[in-house]
Parts: sequence; C-alpha cells; structure tokens
Amino acid sequence: MSQSVMTSQENPGEGMGESPAESHAPRGDGMRGFLASSRSDWLLVAVFAAAILTMPIWLAPIGAGYPDILQKFAIFGIFALGFNILFGFSGYLSFGHAAFLGAGSYAAVWMFKLLSMNALIALAFAIVVGGVFALLIGFVSLRRSGIYFSILTLAFAQMSYNLAYSVLTPITNGETGLQVTISDPRVLDAMFGGVARRGVPELFGMELQGWPGFYFSAVLLILAFFLTLRIRNSTFGLMLFAIKSNQNRMNYTGFATRPYLLAAFVISGMYAGLAGGLLAVTDPLAGADRMQWTASGEVVLMTILGGVGTLLGPVIGAAVMKYLEQIFSSFNEGVLHRTFDFLPTGLQDFMVAITSPFVGEGWQLTLGLLFMIVVIFLPGGIMEGVRRIASRFRSGRGGASPTPAPAGGGH
Amino acid sequence: MSTELLSIKGVSKRFGGLRALDDVNLSVEKGSVHAIIGPNGAGKSTLLNCLVGRIIPDEGSVTFDGDSLLGHKPHQINQAGIARVFQTPEVFGDLSVFENVMIPACAKRDGAFRINAWGRARERRVVREEAEHILDDLNLWQQRDQIVNSMSRGDKRRLELAMCLVQHPKLLLLDEPTAGMSRADTNNTVDLLKKIAERGVTKVIIEHDMHVVFSLADKVSVMAQGTVIAEGTPEEIKASERVQEAYLGGAHL
Repeated sequence: MSQSVMTSQENPGEGMGESPAESHAPRGDGMRGFLASSRSDWLLVAVFAAAILTMPIWLAPIGAGYPDILQKFAIFGIFALGFNILFGFSGYLSFGHAAFLGAGSYAAVWMFKLLSMNALIALAFAIVVGGVFALLIGFVSLRRSGIYFSILTLAFAQMSYNLAYSVLTPITNGETGLQVTISDPRVLDAMFGGVARRGVPELFGMELQGWPGFYFSAVLLILAFFLTLRIRNSTFGLMLFAIKSNQNRMNYTGFATRPYLLAAFVISGMYAGLAGGLLAVTDPLAGADRMQWTASGEVVLMTILGGVGTLLGPVIGAAVMKYLEQIFSSFNEGVLHRTFDFLPTGLQDFMVAITSPFVGEGWQLTLGLLFMIVVIFLPGGIMEGVRRIASRFRSGRGGASPTPAPAGGGH
Repeated sequence: MSTELLSIKGVSKRFGGLRALDDVNLSVEKGSVHAIIGPNGAGKSTLLNCLVGRIIPDEGSVTFDGDSLLGHKPHQINQAGIARVFQTPEVFGDLSVFENVMIPACAKRDGAFRINAWGRARERRVVREEAEHILDDLNLWQQRDQIVNSMSRGDKRRLELAMCLVQHPKLLLLDEPTAGMSRADTNNTVDLLKKIAERGVTKVIIEHDMHVVFSLADKVSVMAQGTVIAEGTPEEIKASERVQEAYLGGAHL
C-alpha cells in the first residue's frame, strides 16, 4: 500500500477521536465539493449573509435598492432553495410546488386573523401547513417517478387551485382572496393587549413593512441557506444525490428510496410554506393565483436559470427573475421612446415597435428568450457560467487546479 | 460438511407461455463459490432476479440463512445480507469513487431508512474508515476522487465489487462479472475475485466464460431450458458427457 500520507490533523473540523488503526490516508481530504471542510462552509455562509444584508447598497445602482423588490428576492430565494432540495438534489421534478406556497400564504393569513399579527406564529403555522400538505401530495405522487411524477404533482396543484376557488371558498374566500380585517378575533393579541393597530404583521411590536420587512425576510433566507447547506453535506443529502445518480443501485444497496424522497419532498414543501407565509407577511392577503401552475413553473425556471443542484444558483436565479420581471414589466412605450431618444425619429419608432412586445405585459417573452439562451449555452445555469469564468481566470493565471472547484456549487 | 446458506427448492416461473424456470433446486453452502452456467435463455438471470426480489417466482421457496426471501423488496434482501453485482456495472456515475463506497457503508450502518440531515457525511468516522479500507484493498485509493462516469468499465466493475464488499455481505451474487470485458480486464477481474475469495464471502456467479468459471468455482450447476441438468465440482462437470452435449457442444475443454 503505497499511499497513506499520515497528515493527521490539519483540518479543524476533523478532530474526532484517534486516528485509524492502520495508516490509511486518514481523511477524505480529496472528497469533493459537497464534502468540503466545515470551515469553508462557515465562510460561505458568512459571505452569503454579508452579500444578502448589503443588497440595499450594492443593488442600488441597478435600481433594485428598495425594500419591496429586495424582499421579493429573499422570499423567492427561499422558495427556490427548497425546491432545489427536491429537484436539484434528488432529481425529482415537481410541477406543483406553488400549491405549498399558496397553502403557506393562506395559513399565515388565518393566523393573522385568528391568533395574532405576530409574524413568527404565522410563519410557524405556514411551515407546518406547507409540510403536511406536501406529505399528502408527495405520498401519492412519489408512487411514480420521472414524467409521471411531474404530471401528478401538476395535477394536484391545479386541483388545489381550483378547489381554492370553489369548494374551499369558506377557507380561501374565493376570488376576493383572504384578507385581514379589523373585526377579526386575534385571540392572542386581544389577550395580551398587543393592539394590532392597522392590521400590519409585526415582530414583537415592530411593523414588518419597508426595510424591517426586508431584513426579516433576509435573515430567514440566510437561515434557510444555512439549513440547505447542512442538508447537502449531510448523510441524507448524500443519499439524495445517490438517488438522482442511480436509483436502481440505491435499492440494491439496501435503501428504501421512497421515504428519502418523501422526506425531501416534505422539506421542500416546508420551505415553500415559509415563502408563502412571508408573502403574506409582506402583504396580508392571500389569493388562489399563487397556486396556479404558472407559479409552479416559475420556481422551476428560477432553479434552472441559477443552476440546478447548486447551492447558490436557485437564490441567484430567483433574484434575476424577479428583477427582470420588475424592470421589464414596468417599461411602457413612453419609457421606450425616451430610451431610444438619441435615434432619428423614424428609427426610433422602429426600435420602439420592435422592442415593445418584449416589455410591459410581454416581459415574459424576454424571460423566455433569456431562458432559451441559458439552457442552450449554459445548461448548468448561471452558476456554470460563474464556474467557467472562474476556471478560465485561474488557468489564465497559470493556476494549478485542473478541475473547476465547485466552490459554492457542488454538483 | 459446511452448512447451507441459500436453498432454492422447486422454483418455477412462467412468462406467458414461456417456462423460464422449471422446478429449479439449488443449494449453496456457506463459504463456497457456486457457479451457474448454461446457454443463453437457460434461465440463469431469471433465477438471480428471483433471489434479489426483482421477480417473484410462481412456485417454490427461496430460503436464505433460515429465512424466506420471497415477497421481500430488493432493499430488504440487501439488508438481509445479499449484495449483487450487475451485468453492466450499476454505480453512482455522477459521484466520486469515495462517495460510491460510502453510500453502501451507510446502508450497512443506518438500515434502509434513517434521516440524518444535520451531521456531515464526511465526519462519520466509522463509515469513512470502512470506505478507506475497501478502496485500499481493491486498489482504488488513487482514484478516490475521480467521478465514476469517467472510469473504464473494468474499474467500474472493481468499484461495484468494492461497494458490495464494504457491506460485508453474507452472500455475493455476480451476474456475468466479466461480460463485455477485454481479455486483460477479464483476467484482472478473475484475479480480484480470487483475492476476495480469501475473505470467505459466499458467492454465486453466473458466467459464460468457462475459463473464469473453472478457475474460481468450487461447485458448478449447469442450467438448460429453465432447469438444472447437472451439478458437481468443476472437474466432474468437465468430465460429464451430458453437459458437453447439452451445453458445451461436445468441444473439449
């Protein structure tokens, strides 16, 4: 045995007990990406947290430095992170995750109505409802895999959407949407005299509107990111990646794969419930349109755009999409005319005529184009682009690393 | 005499009008290497699939270590102590070699289902050590970080064996372990199988390659048309005229 370099304890996260009896090379120091050292994990979380919390500063120059849109980045970041635990890690593509988002919103608003305007209570309930709902849908949908699984989830989500408009109107308030009113009981608030003055969700007296609202969502996003990182590095995460890679081998290796998948499904449902609850915190109104299949498709696009199975990708994808939505949907002909002001009149009209279908109501056309470009040229999403640039940069400097290290990316 | 580990009694299986297995009886003894040979369509693979829970026989019984295997799912059968090597290596292609052996080691520790979503996989010292040992034993240590998809077929086969052996199975099933391999890879695999024979793992091998069979097996069963037509030591099988006619086509070995 020629190997075995006993470099015993150079890694702080490793100091567990005595070294192996035989002098095998002691650690999986070569274990790639998702088994990387815990120190680099902490570093990643710290950098991530810093980046998220300073978004108001560094996103200001591109016109995204205001709380409403930043809050959306954070909320849909959470949604996509959770979705990625299922789709990115285990390979099961759900087309019905908006159902859990919508359920989370309804759950949160009900808490605002019945118990208290305290956001934590509402969010806790939203997570539970999202999880239970995912347990039911996942239990049935996971009897199949591949496209059949996707279709089943889609069917369930559309069913939920239609039920919210019809049979479940007493719970969902149908097309009007579920709203907070002054006459709601709010038992806890009444008991402890915490006057929910204007029906605004609050956190121990602080109204979660504007900047406090953003920072509240941002902290939850950071927590969600940290949890996702832990899951990815855990034994459970390894099992999910193994299922994605070869489910048949997994069965013959002694694993009951379905419970693992169901667990991943429920966890991602809970993330969606949290995101839905946060949407209700931003604006205490829940409507069934949040459950529509387009919303389910949106989170799929976000994840693919950012990079399926990577850690940061879904968050970036969600932010990019929400940003583009904001920018392009706010454009109208007037803005376009001003943009092309420098051109001669004829050409200006021509440019406006060409570009106007891609903005305003038609912003999804732009999104579609962007999506096509990414899928064709960067199948690994934005994260793959980042990795390519990083590795080119490194080799350009004559750096050593031949394999593009998946820094935050993993698989 | 050593004791019986696997006992197949009166197993039959039909696919429509085809009798794939017809009253198969087979007994595998603890610690032995038992080869099953036979022409294509003799029912060898069907029999193997009956053992791992992929196919449920119409009749008969399969007993492993005192318990019936019938009606159990593949993962339960693995947990009972049966590991399987496939005709084309079934490995986790997107993962590294090290992760590939850590996963079955976890299956051995954790059972069929246990969620550990917080603790880091790499900090599981026992699992890691087991993986390190087996990679070392099978000369895969140098490649531990390689993504499996980029490996040669022979190396994948070796990895698949490592994945099975890390679980310390009571019984190892090998479905044509050298199928589609070059002569060199075949010889390497035979050497490897001889080496792991020292571990005393009971093995059932399905094989076409007579050279492989006769250099490994303690006992050979010959199947033809869904049933066992002869059984004995490799020497006896070589000498048996019935086998020569039915399977070896009269050619001398």
